[in-house]
Amino acid sequence: METITNLSPIILALPFLMFLFLGLCGNKLFKSNPNIAGWIGTAGLSVVAIVSYYIAIQYFWVEGKGADAYQQFVLFNHEWLKMTDNLVISIGFMLDPISAMMLVVISTVSLMVHIYSLGYMHGEEGFQRYYAVLSLFTFAMMGLVVATNIFQMYIFWELVGVSSFLLISFYFIKPSAVAAAKKAFIVTRFADMFFLVGILILSYYTNTFDFLKLTAVSDGHATLVNNTMCGEMFMGLSVTSIAMFLIFLGGAGKSAMFPFHIWLPDAMEGPTPASALIHAATMVVAGVFLVARMFPVYFFEAHDVLTIIGYIGAFTSLFAAIIACTQTDIKRVLAFSTISQIAYMFVALAVSGYASEHEQCLGYTASMWHLFTHAMFKACLFLGAGCIIHAVHSNEMNAMGNLRKFMPIAHITFGISCLAIAGIPPFSGFYSKDEILVAAFEHDKVLYACQAFVAGLTAFYMFRLYFRIFWYSENPAHAHHTPHEAPMNMNIPLIVLSVFTCYSFFNLVSNDSSQLFSSKITADRVGFELETNYTIAIASFLVAVVGIAIAWVLYKEKNDKPDMIAGKVKCLYISASHRFYIDEIYLFITRKIIFGGICVAIAWFDRHIIDGFMNLLAWISRELSYDIRDVQSGNLQQYAWGFLVGVLAIAMFAIYY
Amino acid sequence: MDLDYSQFLSMSHEVSLVVVLIVLLLADLLIKNKKAFQYLAIAAFALHTVAGFCYYTDMAGDAFAGMYVSRDAHPFVKNILNIGTLIVFFFSFEWNNNENKNGVGEFFFLTLSTLIGMYFMISAGDFLFFYIGLETASIPMAALVAMNKKCTEGAEAAAKYILTASFSSGVMLFGISLIYGVCGSLYFDEVQTAFTNITSLHIFALVCFIAGVGFKISLVPFHFWTADTYQGAPTGITAYLSVISKGAAVFAFMCILYKAFANEPDVWKSILWWLIVITITIGNLFAIRQKNLKRFLAFSSISQAGYIMLGVYAGYAEAKVGMSSTIYYILIYMFTNLAAFGIISSIENKTGKVGMDDYNGLYSTNPKLAFAMTLAMFSLGGIPPFAGFFSKFFIFAAVASTKVYGDYVLVFLALLNTIISLYYYLLVVKAMFINKSESPIETFKIDTMSRVALLVCVVAILVIGFISSIYMNIYNISDGFAN
Repeated sequence: METITNLSPIILALPFLMFLFLGLCGNKLFKSNPNIAGWIGTAGLSVVAIVSYYIAIQYFWVEGKGADAYQQFVLFNHEWLKMTDNLVISIGFMLDPISAMMLVVISTVSLMVHIYSLGYMHGEEGFQRYYAVLSLFTFAMMGLVVATNIFQMYIFWELVGVSSFLLISFYFIKPSAVAAAKKAFIVTRFADMFFLVGILILSYYTNTFDFLKLTAVSDGHATLVNNTMCGEMFMGLSVTSIAMFLIFLGGAGKSAMFPFHIWLPDAMEGPTPASALIHAATMVVAGVFLVARMFPVYFFEAHDVLTIIGYIGAFTSLFAAIIACTQTDIKRVLAFSTISQIAYMFVALAVSGYASEHEQCLGYTASMWHLFTHAMFKACLFLGAGCIIHAVHSNEMNAMGNLRKFMPIAHITFGISCLAIAGIPPFSGFYSKDEILVAAFEHDKVLYACQAFVAGLTAFYMFRLYFRIFWYSENPAHAHHTPHEAPMNMNIPLIVLSVFTCYSFFNLVSNDSSQLFSSKITADRVGFELETNYTIAIASFLVAVVGIAIAWVLYKEKNDKPDMIAGKVKCLYISASHRFYIDEIYLFITRKIIFGGICVAIAWFDRHIIDGFMNLLAWISRELSYDIRDVQSGNLQQYAWGFLVGVLAIAMFAIYY
Repeated sequence: MDLDYSQFLSMSHEVSLVVVLIVLLLADLLIKNKKAFQYLAIAAFALHTVAGFCYYTDMAGDAFAGMYVSRDAHPFVKNILNIGTLIVFFFSFEWNNNENKNGVGEFFFLTLSTLIGMYFMISAGDFLFFYIGLETASIPMAALVAMNKKCTEGAEAAAKYILTASFSSGVMLFGISLIYGVCGSLYFDEVQTAFTNITSLHIFALVCFIAGVGFKISLVPFHFWTADTYQGAPTGITAYLSVISKGAAVFAFMCILYKAFANEPDVWKSILWWLIVITITIGNLFAIRQKNLKRFLAFSSISQAGYIMLGVYAGYAEAKVGMSSTIYYILIYMFTNLAAFGIISSIENKTGKVGMDDYNGLYSTNPKLAFAMTLAMFSLGGIPPFAGFFSKFFIFAAVASTKVYGDYVLVFLALLNTIISLYYYLLVVKAMFINKSESPIETFKIDTMSRVALLVCVVAILVIGFISSIYMNIYNISDGFAN
């Protein structure tokens, strides 16, 4: 226990110090050889990864298990700002099952991305800056998941937003990258505003930010919230529900849930490895993590909100999956697929119970499980896509085709990850997705049907992507410019991540392996025995196979069937390929209604009343300072008079007032 | 009656500084090499500063039958003053090497003499002791202001300073004698119990006292000397006057108000209300028109004094909050203002230029100095996330926390003045970054000592606000003199 406590500050401090070091002196020190900056960053992150693994292993297998449940350890908690005696903002380190799991996810993916970028970003202008921001991001994300209180989480939440902004706009000479960065930042900030209001409402009533106090459960209630907020109503709605819904909206912004999803596809303007780290594996699941962290409050005190989350999640996953079927930019396909999969995790949380008897909290476990597996295979897919883009110098599917001849490693790892996301056993995605479907089936048949359909769609569009890239007909341009396999430092991360995807092969032989998540990560931290529901497992397997089969028929070789089908459902196809015009609706609302209507009045008020007041102040100050300038004459006798008159005037005032 | 020598233990700061003074006095006679002497002086004082941090902190106690008091907050404030003085020494190093070659010994001896006066002033438990401390801090100051003997401006500044100082201490002595007349004692404890059921005489005594201290803090209308003296004095001394001397006076003033006049807070509260409003406003209005940067900073420091007094004012409701926010403000104001003066003094030493127009285009020739100056100006203006923002925040919060209508008005007026002050602080930034100049100050390297001191100030401006434990620590040691 002591070792963990002593080691834990490294996880936050080291990435931060590397950020300062690389950011402040990276450019100067490593001008001639920027690669050193990359190696330093990677070395530092390896240490962080080793420490994270050590802490996670110690926690799960040695120290963490209490009498019947996993304990929540606060390893350190530094009081940062004291508002009142109870309301304290601290910076601390909380270790519990989900934060320990997130340590593993973040450090693994981040380390892989660091290694991969050594090859991918080689020779780019601003290489040192890139590594500095990667370190900043790792620091922020670690701080977010280990937060001991909701305000610390909020602070790091904004920091990941900043580092995401910096990475999207990495190629800041490209106007589209700048626009995308601004869009991402503004949309998520807009959502974070709700998050902050939610935090303030919650802390106003409960008088604490502390997660341990907020999520403490006894007698079927989140005690503190129930005691302080129960029965408080605002405009006919329960205040608890309002606060928790607002907090969810913050999570929805980061996790790109409808209608805040619009920033994520554009965020692909950033370097591909950064997209893999931030916009696929870690930052975008922050919203899921937030709901999981506050789960007892959602479940006991704001169950209506949890239901809404479920439906928003189901809608988003369907919506994003349909769009993904029509996109031709491979990174955008992956982006929409990410939105869809994260929505899956929200659905899983929404259909979960709390107690772990009778597998009631299967949804919670499945959600975290899917978070884990998704992070691995989606990072692998993105990095693979990066290799492909590196080879053909284009994001468009049309520039690819038949690449399996040229890039066998990318082909195999990409294929494994596609199988995993499609839900083909024994790859990891099958297990986690299957548990989500089981949980949904037991809770709500509508959600189950929707999610099962999305599973089929997922299999279809992922294999559409796979076949278009690696099979199909070869792009004639390749004759002139042969695509080649990526260098080794880019391939190793692909292999490592796909091994993570295959770990569930052990499930076939060992029972312990299949119980890995269910015994450790549950809502009440007790753990339960997972049993496979074969009916649903077979059903979801069949759905996935049908999806893959359709993709096989349509895209294995060049033919006119896809166009024919697109022509038949022209209306749906066109609007889906335009992402259902959500961006246009946003633009209409902001440009026409807000900027063109409401803002005109506000701008008038600002220009005439606010600025007018300031101008008046300036005018008065100027005139007055001109009028009184003679007082400071330099004449000593006058000074003494001033002094004396001042004393007498004050005395008169004080005596007769 | 035998003297109990153990009581000197609670005066460790003072004793140790006296030792430093004696050492310097001897060294000045023996060491002919002025540079070596400077190193020795700085090293000796640095030792005293470090010792102050490490050893002299938990020696609370009284001496001389309660004339001298030391509580948790006193050593802390003395430590702050030590750091500030040390920074001033660093900044003055180059000036002492060149212009002030013949007066190095005097410079250190006189400065530290005023510092010991401030120590006594801070730790006073009695009006007489306070007055002696105040005078010890004032009289050598006049000599310091006139340090540059060939400069007539300096002589004029010193003459103005000493004349107004004697005038104001006359008024204050009058006030103190009236206090003795109405209370029958000069001990703060006894004044506290006696200063009740007040009459006009009580009030007049208090006003005379406030006027005397107001002179040191340069509150309007007792501020007239400030601009002339600041402008004429050597820049290092100006920095010392504007930060160390002012900080010590504010703290001592606060101690007396909270202790001796604790039973009649309403009287000094209403006086301070008006003094603060007038001080901030007048300071700002004059600062707008200044073209000489030293004079400009003089008026800026007058208005800053008004802000510091906000913290003292807030203490009428709860002394602990008022005291902690005041000490915090002094701490941050010290680093910020010293940074500004340090830059001005290095530029003045190199080029002799102090006009605002001379700074046009400074960014193109000396980007680092321009950047540091910008930080100082932003911090003085209270722009987040620099330290000055946090100090203003805490001080406004302290005043607003009393939840009295009049206090909200005060905070509002102070905020309005912050906007005005932003204008002139940003004028400096504009001159450096935007204005073009035919003949900007040429690129130069400032000396190592100043660079170290400037680095310390800049780091402090950048990080102090984020290290909450500093404020919490100050809050914990601020007992508000309840005992």
